[in-house]
Amino acid sequence: MTTTVKWRTWLLYLGVAGVVAYCLAPFYWMVVSSLRRTSDIFDTSLIPSSVSFENYEAVFSPSQGFGRALLNSLIVAGTTTVLALLLATFTAYAMARLEFRFKRLILTLIIATSMFPVVSIVVPLLKLFTDIGWINTYQAMIVPSMSFVLPLAVWNLTTFFRQMPDELEQAAMIDGCTRGQAFRKIIIPLAAPGIFTTAIIIFIAAWNEFLIALSMTNRPSVQTAPVAISKFTGATQFDIPFGSQMAAGVLVTVPLVIMVLLFQRRIVAGLTAGAAK
Amino acid sequence: MATRTPPETAAKRPPRPAAGRAGRPPAPEKARRGRKPATAGTGRMAALLVSPTLLVLTVVVLYPTLMALQESLYGTKGLDPKTGFISDTEPFVGLKNYADIFGQAGDRFWNAFFNTTFFTVVTVGLETVIGVIMALIMHKAFSGRALVRASILIPWAVPTAISGLLWRWIFNSDGIANSLIGHQILWTTEGFHAKVAVIIAEVWKTAPFIGLLVLAGLQVIPKEVYEAARMDGASPVRQFCHITLPLVKPALLVAVLFRCLDALRMFDLPYILIGAQKNSVETLSMLAQNEASNVRFGPAAAYAVLLFVYVLLIALGFVRLLGADLVGDAGGPRRAKRRSLLRRTPALTAEVPA
Repeated sequence: MTTTVKWRTWLLYLGVAGVVAYCLAPFYWMVVSSLRRTSDIFDTSLIPSSVSFENYEAVFSPSQGFGRALLNSLIVAGTTTVLALLLATFTAYAMARLEFRFKRLILTLIIATSMFPVVSIVVPLLKLFTDIGWINTYQAMIVPSMSFVLPLAVWNLTTFFRQMPDELEQAAMIDGCTRGQAFRKIIIPLAAPGIFTTAIIIFIAAWNEFLIALSMTNRPSVQTAPVAISKFTGATQFDIPFGSQMAAGVLVTVPLVIMVLLFQRRIVAGLTAGAAK
Repeated sequence: MATRTPPETAAKRPPRPAAGRAGRPPAPEKARRGRKPATAGTGRMAALLVSPTLLVLTVVVLYPTLMALQESLYGTKGLDPKTGFISDTEPFVGLKNYADIFGQAGDRFWNAFFNTTFFTVVTVGLETVIGVIMALIMHKAFSGRALVRASILIPWAVPTAISGLLWRWIFNSDGIANSLIGHQILWTTEGFHAKVAVIIAEVWKTAPFIGLLVLAGLQVIPKEVYEAARMDGASPVRQFCHITLPLVKPALLVAVLFRCLDALRMFDLPYILIGAQKNSVETLSMLAQNEASNVRFGPAAAYAVLLFVYVLLIALGFVRLLGADLVGDAGGPRRAKRRSLLRRTPALTAEVPA
C-alpha cells in the first residue's frame, strides 16, 4: 500500500513538473536566446555560454524606434483600459443590482459582441478611417479595441458586483444615502479589488492586440510594440535579427509576467469567474 | 449622451426606450421579492448607466457591421492605395462578391475556409485534452500550487504576436526544434509542416487557459461524491468517466465555446509565424485583412461578413448544445439565481475559490 502511495506521489510530482515545463520552456528559450551573443545565437545549450546584453542594446538603438513603440503601446492600452473601466463599471452595476426590462437581452447582446471576429469590424473601419484621415492615429486603435475590451469588462465586473451582498447598499440607503451615494461611497471602494482585477485583464488584452494596430497604422512612429517587433529588420533583408526580436519580446512580456506573478490569485479568479458562472 | 442617438442605431433601439419606460413602479412579481423601495425609479437610472456602453458598442460594432454588409455589395476601384476618397467611384456589383467564391476566384476563399476550420477543430481538440490533463494534475497537487498557477498563466499573458516570433525562432531551420528531433524541416515554408507549427504554437498558448477553467470546475465538485464512489468500489477511471467528466462538462463546454470562437478568428499567429498570403496557413481573418489592406474593400467586406456568419452559426450551435444560457440568470436576485443554477448544473453552485 505504502509503495503505491509513494509511486502516486512521484507520478504527481512528475506531472506537476511536466505542466510547469510545458508552460515555461518556450518562454525560457526566449529569455536564454535574448541573452546570447549574435555570434552564438544558434547555440542550443540550455544556459548561454556567456551572458551578453548586446541584443538589448540593439533593441534600443534609435533606428528601431522601440522605445517609442513601447510608449505607443502604453498609451493605447492604458487609454483603452481607463475608458472601458469607466463605462463598464456603471453598466455592470446596473446589470448586477437594478431591475429593468430587457436586462437579460442587453447583457446577452453585450457579451455576444465579445465573440465577434475583430476582422469584421476592422475592414469597414479601415475604410472609414482612411476617409476621415484617422490612419496613424491613436484613436484609430483605441476605438476599435473597445469592441472586445468593453464586453469583457462588463462581464467581469457584473460577476464581481453580484458577489457583493445586497445588504451593503440597503444599509447605506436606510441610513439616508441615495442609490448614487451608496454606489459611490460603499460599492466602489469595496469593489476596488474586482475593478483592479478587471483592469489587469483588459489591459493585457489591449496590450496584446495585434490585428487592429497592424491594420490602422503604417508609420513606425505610431506603431505599438507587437507590430514594431514583427517588423524588426536586421542588417540585410535576409538576416532576421532573432536575438533582438527575442530581447524585444522579453521586454514586452516582462511587465505582463510581473503582473501575473503579483496578482495571480486575482487574475485566476477573474478569468474563471466569467466562465464558470 | 443617451439622447444623441445616431441614425444607424435603429436595430438596437428597442431595448433603450423600454429600459427608460421601466421607470414606473416595478411589476407585481418583482414587488413580491420585497425590493420595492429600492427599485422605484431604477429604470431611468439603469438606462442612464447602460446607455453609454450600448452607444459605444453600437458605434464600434453594429455600425461597422452594417457598413461591411453594404460595402460587400461594391466592387473594387482601380488599384490606387494613395487615394483617400474611393467610396464614390466603387462600382455597385450586387452579390457578385459573394457569388465569386463559387467561381475560380473562390479557390483562395475555400482554402482559407478550410484552414480556419481545420485549425479550429485540431487546436481546440488538442487543447481540451491537454487542458483537462493539466487541470487534473493541478487539482491533485498540493505542494507547489502557487508555482504551477503562476507558470500556467505565463503562456496566456505572452502576447500572441510575441509567441509567433518566439515559435518562429524555435522552428527556425537551425533552431531548437530541428536539433531536438534531429531532422532538418523547413517549418516556416509552405506545406503541411507549417500547419503543424501553427497548431503547436497555438496549443501551447491556449491549453493552459482551458486548464484553468476546468480546474475551477473541478474545485467545486464535493469530495464526498468521490468518497462514496470509492466505497462502492469504483476504479479511478470509472470515477473520472462517471463523476468528473459529467460534473465539469458545463465549465468545459463554456471553455471550448470560447476557444472555438477565438480560434475561428485566428490571425496573429499564422501571420507572424509563417507570413501573409501563404496558402497553407491563410485563415479567413488573414484573407479579409489582406484584401482590405490592398484596398479591395468589397471582397474583403464579403469575406468578413461570411466569417461573421460562420462564427454566429457555431455560437448558436453551442448555445443550443449548452442548453443553459451563458450569462447566468441575469434576471432575479441572487437567491433565485442560486436556485436555478442548482437545478441546472450542480457543479457550479459553490463559489470558485480564489
